[in-house]
Amino acid sequence: MKTKNKQKLSLAKTLLIMSGAFTAFGIGIAVLLRGKNIAVLNSKGLIASEQRSLIIFAAVMVLSIAVPTVVILYFMAWKYRESSHTSTYHPEENHGKGFNLFIWTLPTAFMLFLALILVPVTHKLQPNKAIAAGVQPITIQVMALRWKWLFIYPDQRIATVNYVQIPKGVPVVFDLTADEAPMSSFWVPNLGGQLYAMTGHINRLNLVADELGDYQGRSAEINGAGFSGMKFTAKVRSEADFQSWVKDTQRSPDILDKAAYEDLVKPSKDNQATSYSAVDNTLYAKAVMKYMGSHGSAMTEHEGSH
Amino acid sequence: MKEFFLGRLNRDSLPHDVFMIGGSISIIAMVLLAVAILTRTKRWKWLWNEWLTSVDPKKIGIMYFLVAGFMLLRGGVDAIMIWLQQSLSVGNSHGYLSADHFQQIFTAHGNIMVFFVAMGFIFGLINYIVPLQIGARDLASPFLNTLGFWLYVGGVIMVNMFFLFGGEYAATGWLAVQPLSGAAFSPGVGVDYWIWSLQISGIGTTLGAINFIMTILKMRAPGMTLWKMPLFTWGSLFSMLMAVSVFPLLTATLFLTFFDRYFGAHFFTATGGGDPMMYTNLIWMWGHPEVYILMLPAFGIFSEVVSTFSRKPIASYTSNVLGMAGVSALALSVWLHHFFTMGASADVNAFFGVITLVIAIPTAVLFFTWIATMHRGLIRFDTPMLWFLGFVAIFTIGGVSGLVLAFPPADFQLHNSLFLVAHFHSNVIGGVLFGIFCGISYWFPKITGLKLNERIGRNAFWFWIVGFCMSFIPMYILGMMGATRRMDHYDTPTGWQPFFIIMLLGGIVIAIGAALQIVQILATFIQKKRLRDTTGDPWDGRTLEWATASAPPFYNFTVIPQITTRDAFLEIKHKGPQEPIYEDIVIPKNTGAGIYISAFAFLVGFGFVWHINWLAVVSIIGIIVVFVVRAFNEETEYVLTAAEVKILEKVRVAKALVYEQESKATADEEDMSVWDFAKYLYAFALDVMRNKKWKSW
Repeated sequence: MKTKNKQKLSLAKTLLIMSGAFTAFGIGIAVLLRGKNIAVLNSKGLIASEQRSLIIFAAVMVLSIAVPTVVILYFMAWKYRESSHTSTYHPEENHGKGFNLFIWTLPTAFMLFLALILVPVTHKLQPNKAIAAGVQPITIQVMALRWKWLFIYPDQRIATVNYVQIPKGVPVVFDLTADEAPMSSFWVPNLGGQLYAMTGHINRLNLVADELGDYQGRSAEINGAGFSGMKFTAKVRSEADFQSWVKDTQRSPDILDKAAYEDLVKPSKDNQATSYSAVDNTLYAKAVMKYMGSHGSAMTEHEGSH
Repeated sequence: MKEFFLGRLNRDSLPHDVFMIGGSISIIAMVLLAVAILTRTKRWKWLWNEWLTSVDPKKIGIMYFLVAGFMLLRGGVDAIMIWLQQSLSVGNSHGYLSADHFQQIFTAHGNIMVFFVAMGFIFGLINYIVPLQIGARDLASPFLNTLGFWLYVGGVIMVNMFFLFGGEYAATGWLAVQPLSGAAFSPGVGVDYWIWSLQISGIGTTLGAINFIMTILKMRAPGMTLWKMPLFTWGSLFSMLMAVSVFPLLTATLFLTFFDRYFGAHFFTATGGGDPMMYTNLIWMWGHPEVYILMLPAFGIFSEVVSTFSRKPIASYTSNVLGMAGVSALALSVWLHHFFTMGASADVNAFFGVITLVIAIPTAVLFFTWIATMHRGLIRFDTPMLWFLGFVAIFTIGGVSGLVLAFPPADFQLHNSLFLVAHFHSNVIGGVLFGIFCGISYWFPKITGLKLNERIGRNAFWFWIVGFCMSFIPMYILGMMGATRRMDHYDTPTGWQPFFIIMLLGGIVIAIGAALQIVQILATFIQKKRLRDTTGDPWDGRTLEWATASAPPFYNFTVIPQITTRDAFLEIKHKGPQEPIYEDIVIPKNTGAGIYISAFAFLVGFGFVWHINWLAVVSIIGIIVVFVVRAFNEETEYVLTAAEVKILEKVRVAKALVYEQESKATADEEDMSVWDFAKYLYAFALDVMRNKKWKSW
């Protein structure tokens, strides 16, 4: 089926055009990326940097076998093209046992090698595993509400909405749950990866920040109309600054009692960052328990709505 | 009273948003235009008898292509709308869509592309090609096939219903995660449309899969043992076996979701003892195999194309088949990697991570067999081969990112980000869609009797490749920058906007590629004298589908061939032509029962969406009645006598001679270019205007 295309490009020309286009595209992307926060690679905490190393390691490893395979495939296509020569054509070529053994053992051995890395690293970076830092960790109870993040500091009896202040170098235990909200996902890419916040469950995520700064976090899981606005800032401050911030916040005129909480639980979009003092420390446990009871005790106002 | 008859349907639910109304008007206009043309040309009867009620898998295959092709454009418009919103909606600007509307669009985009484009095309190809490849005259159950197709159409209409009767579509993401899609958080009809659109088409898929398994296992030509089957047939068999395993799971999950929403049950609700995590598990137990159901036939297509265009049998056929078997078996046990971030223990996550790595082994084996097939071959680079080479690059990008995501701690940082979205688009576009394009350009001569215009086909290919790179390379980067999927708005300091704009431009380049493919098909028909395939074997094929005429007669084969080797047709060609011995052929009669059942199934869904209970109940009874009537109909076949076959064959041979003359006369011409096509179109329009040709239409 030869088509007589007048301007059939030679392979060399095609390759030249392609590599030129890719280089130009790459330079353009690089220029656009200048000074930007490539959060996943720009890790500011122990967990994030371990995850970054793993991502880079896995990518390099897989590319080391994928790239040669693709290059060999394209080389074969070029080498045995019809227009080059016909002397090598060998339609009866027989690939024996050796070939079959090779094509099965090579990827098997490689994947076995990757699996031997995957299993321990999964245990090592399990989100609920405590971070050993020689410092007493700080616990923050995180609640995904529609559509805002509520952070409760039970030991300090303060709370914040859509921002979270943490001391540098101190491991933070985030106890994630949700109330009156669909599944949401808690993600601060600069500090480390993500875990779901679900009603009736407490998912524990251990993170630690190693550098001062403000880092963006958001819900990564679709959870309704306010999804895009459900973001927060993780403010990493020195231990001293953190302590003075806690003291300031404890003097905040806004208190988080049952009434204030019920207001917060109501759906609202694009909430401003706020803070509360005198937090009712039973709120969190009650919100979790609400969904854990048997049928009768777990009834909410949604029950009658359908 | 009104509520009894109309349920929750009322005037307020009609479309009032400007885009919805635009959609409604364009759909109604298209339907009216089709009705007008059919009435004017008096084609209603022809349409009903020749096409709609046909049980010929070839005609059903073509109808699948048409519906899926149309849906590809519909889903493509959604994609452009998504990228446009994301390019505009930054900082103080909130774009042109509300959050809710944006969410409906990406949900519809996902559903349409997976269920109604990819599944439609794959089923179309299986319908058309598998019976020919195995030397069968028809399917095991022609009726199930028409029913399956019309249930698919019912799903297609349901997914677009909100344009006509209003309401909304689901705003929950393509898998309608719980508890978001429960009645508490999604009280509107959107999720109900979602449920019934998937439910109706999903049942069609299950029936189709059963039918094809029976056909492949029981109806192969004499001598064709399992280990002599063509690889596309193998891929289809594995795909259909997976479909039978997991689609009932989808059906059950959707019913449970329906019970939750309709009767206030608590299977997946957050409250009342329901378990949303159970839903996540169930939907992915089906959802992950689903993408492999699409991928396996595509693997088969690539194997056929590499072998044919390298002019060599596939290297290590056994390894290739076992590779596909391995992929399909393992694909059933990796579903949890879609939610490593839900908080399972390290052991559970590690198990599913390892299985995900293991699934790369048989996939790599397939690649090695393709490399070895090309080794010492004599390779031609027609468009099917180009799509294969494009697939290799893009699918590998998707595969590499997929293996990175297989490491649970890496997934914690990349899950739900645009990196993930770029990953699966690399696999679904590079693998499934390019596989479909590869298959269509490969089998187009068989299906229409015309070889596709190569020149415009090449242009389209390059637009797709360039557009893909422009769209999805920035998407990987955005994911690394912390951009999550499904955002309708983001802040200026993130610096994401330029990348979203490049993605939008890439989308436009892809759209040009798709437009060129339509031009390619039109140009092919314009030059049909020149591009006619008079031999039935335009590519020097190796498998049985090339043994019969292009397009094949409705009984597929005049004489059922006797098979002794794998490349069955190659052997027939070596033996040389033989004088056919005609025989009586049993042909299944056309039936409208599939359409009637699907219409009732659609009304069941529609009734439940709007809480019109009487309609649902009446329609369920309707389904049962039609089914029983059909089951008692014993005259479902007729016999085409040997003498009639002989006459039909004579007519065909005479026609082929004329075609051959025509094609020789035009052999010196060239394939039309896009520019030639534009000139042709201009001249045609001018001719119509000047000579008032519409009067004769």
